[in-house]
Amino acid sequence: MIKETYPVKAGDMTAAGDVSARIKRQMKQLGISAPIMRRISVCTYEAEINLVIHSLGGELTFEIMPGKILVCARDRGPGIADIDKAMTEGWSTASNEVRNMGFGAGMGLPNMKRNADEFSITSQVGVGTEISMGFLI
Amino acid sequence: MKLSEFEALSGAKRLTKPMEDREITAGYTCDLLSHVMGRGQAGMAWITVQTHMNVIAVAALLDFACVIVPESLPIEAPILAKAEEEGITLFASDLTAYELVALLAAHGVGPVSRS
Repeated sequence: MIKETYPVKAGDMTAAGDVSARIKRQMKQLGISAPIMRRISVCTYEAEINLVIHSLGGELTFEIMPGKILVCARDRGPGIADIDKAMTEGWSTASNEVRNMGFGAGMGLPNMKRNADEFSITSQVGVGTEISMGFLI
Repeated sequence: MKLSEFEALSGAKRLTKPMEDREITAGYTCDLLSHVMGRGQAGMAWITVQTHMNVIAVAALLDFACVIVPESLPIEAPILAKAEEEGITLFASDLTAYELVALLAAHGVGPVSRS
C-alpha cells in the first residue's frame, strides 16, 4: 500500500498545482487508468487551490488501498460556516484578487463531489476543514 | 486538426519550442479555471486570456493539446518555461477569442463532450 502526505502552503499562488502535478506523476508511474487519473487530478487540484486560497496551510494525502484510491485534504483555517452554501455552484468567498486570476467561480467543491465516487466534508469554524474523497479502481 | 495545421491556418505564433504535433480533439474557451477543470478533456485546445502559472497547471493536469492566448496578450518567460517543462504548447494569436473559436469550428474542431 502507498500513502503519501504533501504539505500545501497558504497564499502561494505560483506554487499552486505543484502537489497535484506530483500526485499525477505518481499515478502515471503506477499505471492508473487515464479516466480515473483525470478525475483524481480535478479533485486534487481543486482541493489544493482551496488550501492555498482559503486556509492557513494544510496537507493533501494520497493513499492507495485495495479497490480504491483515497485523497484527503486537511487544513488549518477559518473553516466553513455553512457547508450547504459552500457546496452550491457559484457560491464563493474568494477575494477579488484571486477572482481576477480566474478562481472563485464557486465550482471547486461541486467539481470535487462530481468527480469522486465517495465524498465527505467536515468543518469547524475557526479550526479547519477536512475533505475525504474515494475513487474506486 | 493538428497543432501545426492550426499554426499555419491562424498565423498564431508558437511561443514554446516545437513538441509533439498533437491532434486537437476539441475546443473550449473560458477564463474561469474551475469551469475549465470541470469541462476540460485530453487533447483540447483551450482559449483563455489568463496568462499566469495556474493556466499551465490546469492544462498539464488535464493533458490539453495546447493553450491559445487571444489578442496577443503578453506572457512572461517563466510561464513559457513551465509550459515547456510540462509539455504544453502555447500559442499567441492576434485574433480575438471569438475569431479563434470560429476558425477552429470551421475546420472541424468540435466542442468538448457534455457528459
